[in-house]
Amino acid sequence: MSLAPGFEDPVLEGQGAFRGVLNAMARPGSVQALAGLPQAPAPLSPVAAAIALTLVDHDTPLWLDPALAASQPLRAWLAFHCGAPVVDSPAASAFALIAEPLAMPPLGSFALGSETYPDRSTTLIVQVQGFHDEGPLLSGPGLAAPRRFGALPLPSDFWVQLRGNRALFPRGVDVLLAAPDSLAALPRSLQVEAD
Amino acid sequence: MTVASEERKWAMGVLACAEPEALSALWEDWPGKPAFTWLRKPESGLVMVRGRMGGEGAAFNLGEMTVTRCALQLDDGTLGQACVQGRSAAKAEVSALVDALHQRSGDREAVRREILLPLEEARAAARQALAAETAATRVEFFTMVRGDSE
Repeated sequence: MSLAPGFEDPVLEGQGAFRGVLNAMARPGSVQALAGLPQAPAPLSPVAAAIALTLVDHDTPLWLDPALAASQPLRAWLAFHCGAPVVDSPAASAFALIAEPLAMPPLGSFALGSETYPDRSTTLIVQVQGFHDEGPLLSGPGLAAPRRFGALPLPSDFWVQLRGNRALFPRGVDVLLAAPDSLAALPRSLQVEAD
Repeated sequence: MTVASEERKWAMGVLACAEPEALSALWEDWPGKPAFTWLRKPESGLVMVRGRMGGEGAAFNLGEMTVTRCALQLDDGTLGQACVQGRSAAKAEVSALVDALHQRSGDREAVRREILLPLEEARAAARQALAAETAATRVEFFTMVRGDSE
């Protein structure tokens, strides 16, 4: 059995990816390019793999969507490089990796945190094909002026779900969108304008 | 635990405790060094060594020690891992290569004969030398029988 390597330079590339996630979270809907990407087994994309290597470890239960969970080489890769326990229930996870956004479970089925510990919620890492600026109008912390943002593919009711997620604040999930060579974030503080 | 994994456990234990110089000298003489790719480059850190008094009861923390670990993969996909005492990246690399070769049935006997057994003998000899040195300073205490029991 063959195992793919992780980051070539774990310190610098891990810091680079962390900085990318940090900037994306601080400026919701902005697109952050990411360099120094690992070659993970399909169907995990390089950007999603870099985020996983940076954030996921033995303390963070991980949920995989059925497309990812079916890949034995990927499970072995995650076990070796991240060491995270893979859980069956989205509600028990600290991170969720999603390769097929159109089939993803509703946001409410993930861990939403509690009023006392809102940090105990799931961070979703969703693989998308790309970003565009024809989506709904976003505003909130980190956005000086409202801006339009969208990603493809996403479930048709994704933005409605995200509004529901905002209503739970300070509880709720955070979403990281991983395109082929860049990422964007939709933190729980984000306000999505109704169409 | 299978025989193979018991054997690997022994081999990794021998490598972990080996003197870096002794290991690199033996590895120098090994013909045909295999090509490999890194899965995890050598990194040093601390582990907490725990023990149980007399091998049973509750575990206690004995203390922290420095270890270096790494993982690599030979071209045929064999995985070699090492977690060795000290901060020597070179020792960790050679140990992981030896671990990988030790898992290949074609190389196992040679690795055992040329590298692992000499290392184990060297360690046993060093222990014995230390024990002998300590034994030379041993003091025997004698107690005179006191006469007040009469």
